[in-house]
Amino acid sequence: MGVKAVEQIANREYQYGFRTEIESEMIPKGLSEETVRLISSLKKEPGFMLEFRLKAFRHWQTMKEPKWANVSYPPIDYQDIIYYSAPKKKADQKLKSMEEVDPELQRTFQRLGIPLVEQKRLAGVAVDAIFDSVSVATSFKEKLLEHGIIFCSFSEAVQNYPELVKKYMGSVVPYTDNFFAALNSAVFSDGSFCYIPKNTRCPMELSTYFRINTEGAGQFERTLIICEENSCVSYLEGCTAPRFDTNQLHAAVVELVALDHAEIKYSTVQNWYAGDPSTGRGGIYNFVTKRGKCLGGHSKISWTQVETGSAITWKYPSCLLIGDHSVGEFYSVALTANYQQADTGSKMTHIGKDTKSTIISKGISAGRANNNYRGQVEIKKSAAGSRNFTQCDSLLIGSESRANTFPTIDVQNSSSQVEHEASTSRISDEQLFYLRQRGISVENAMAAIIHGFCKDVFRKLPGEFAVEATQLLGLKLEGAVG
Amino acid sequence: MLVIRDLHAGIDGKEILKGFDVEVKAGEVHAVMGPNGSGKSTLAKVLAGDEHFQVTKGEVLFRGNNLLEMEPEDRALMGVFLAFQYPVEIPGVNNASFLRMAYNARRKAAGKEEADPLEFDDILKEKLKLVEMDEDFVNRSVNQGFSGGEKKRNEILQMAVLDPTLAILDETDSGLDIDALRVVARGINRLIRPDNAIVLITHYQRILGYITPHFVHILADGRIIRSGGKDLAVELEKKGYEKIREETGA
Repeated sequence: MGVKAVEQIANREYQYGFRTEIESEMIPKGLSEETVRLISSLKKEPGFMLEFRLKAFRHWQTMKEPKWANVSYPPIDYQDIIYYSAPKKKADQKLKSMEEVDPELQRTFQRLGIPLVEQKRLAGVAVDAIFDSVSVATSFKEKLLEHGIIFCSFSEAVQNYPELVKKYMGSVVPYTDNFFAALNSAVFSDGSFCYIPKNTRCPMELSTYFRINTEGAGQFERTLIICEENSCVSYLEGCTAPRFDTNQLHAAVVELVALDHAEIKYSTVQNWYAGDPSTGRGGIYNFVTKRGKCLGGHSKISWTQVETGSAITWKYPSCLLIGDHSVGEFYSVALTANYQQADTGSKMTHIGKDTKSTIISKGISAGRANNNYRGQVEIKKSAAGSRNFTQCDSLLIGSESRANTFPTIDVQNSSSQVEHEASTSRISDEQLFYLRQRGISVENAMAAIIHGFCKDVFRKLPGEFAVEATQLLGLKLEGAVG
Repeated sequence: MLVIRDLHAGIDGKEILKGFDVEVKAGEVHAVMGPNGSGKSTLAKVLAGDEHFQVTKGEVLFRGNNLLEMEPEDRALMGVFLAFQYPVEIPGVNNASFLRMAYNARRKAAGKEEADPLEFDDILKEKLKLVEMDEDFVNRSVNQGFSGGEKKRNEILQMAVLDPTLAILDETDSGLDIDALRVVARGINRLIRPDNAIVLITHYQRILGYITPHFVHILADGRIIRSGGKDLAVELEKKGYEKIREETGA
């Protein structure tokens, strides 16, 4: 019965695998300094941006793709990727209202459950919709601006708020950070930008929805969120892509900056196309660098992620705890099934005094999947009185799945405290039989166990996304658990 | 209600039940007694549909349906309930939510409306009283960290909530101290009705002092070697399995 249940979960069809027929403006495949200049000129960027890109590109050329992650894939041909693809209509001329968005794009996002039109259902959430290389729409922009909150595409921010971009872009993840961050810094095409001014609590959830549509196109976007003193924002991110036989690269950079007493909550529900369930062909390579900087005292950055898609996930949302008493959190559920591979975890770097961090990681591995937790907790000498608590649990389904844990702990003072807990368990036939004997279907029984396993993380998700995450994991509990 | 004819079943190619026959009617309580390894638990697992066990021969009819062809959950939805000898721990799954899930699965199968959490809370409170259990019991994860006695009582609570047509109690009395045994037996007695039936699998006569069976069957080496009324259990207690076996020539 265990096997049957695994098959049911594993073979659930990917419902976002459709492709939108829309005319796109693309640049030819390949990557050179010319490509970088072309992207910058297509976006009519100011000089400082081109300079940043070129520096990044030249640095990237000196770097080698990292090989330390416990994942395997054939070499990526960086000359075989389209680095810029945008829906033709009104790509760079900004829309006056949501209704002007290409109806085909509107329909696409509607099908994905992301309404671009500011309607009632998701009235509490502002959306920046990114389609391939560009932001096609941002809702509630004006309304937010009334509160002094800037929420727009990265391209617009470069044009309208160059000082802020200049000051913070690359301040958390420098282009020298790693191979994929350097690549992103050279060729990124768009992304979301968000600025919360002093003493402001953002009145609604902000979100970015990423959609890759063009075959052969990579998506390289940047997100930059700045929370000034005593302000607060909750940010959500969702991602899907059509079903293609070829692998596609998604190399994003997310930078968060929290000043004194500021709080940023960043949630992700990642459901990129994972590849064909029975052959493993296709799927997204999700190689992402996410990092938050708690610059101010008593600031807090919290990452919550539910990773269910992608052929390969390589990401470690991290926190630099610089301000005294700052707090970093990481809550993660990573589900891998079939041929999926994930090497994911978090990095907490304690620099300020009395800083605190929490890592809760739940890995679920089914089929032939390979699920790795990789974490690093570093407590510097300066970080007196700091604390970390790490818990990483793995749940195995079926006999061919794998889970590994690679924690690194480095404590350089004697007044700090670090705790690490880990567990590995398997959904047993006995558990399933017990639930089935009570009239609960295999599917619901699995769902109940998985939901129970992930509860600590789901609890951290904002309402709307908690629902989506639950559905994503195939949990048809009808609200019975949790 | 339940007819078992010439049932042969085993595990890993080893035959354990070797021609088991019984007929259970509505309103009856049957006690199945036997020494270790006689096939008591195999019987319980086979009736509930545990796929680790293979049925090699015979038939089981429950309310006219071929039980052996049905999935475990479908048997449960038709009213077959097994109180496990070793209830399974399910970390992270809240006991009350689990009970509601199971309750609603049955309601749904019966074409009735499902209970919302508030309605179910009332139902649950009433059932808790019936089995004399504390309310904080249901706010823990299913069986996790429960004592042996608590696990058994949780089985009876589930039985009370699901209101089965046929309840198979697999050594529900084992591992209970005398007070817990009394509570569990009282709970079971309250659940006996003219329209349901109970198969009480037990090693000892002890629980039969609290629950009076209509029939007692003595199982040895995969077969019933003797059936009788409630007095048979008393006789068995006096003589022991070995003596009875000799007498019956089994």
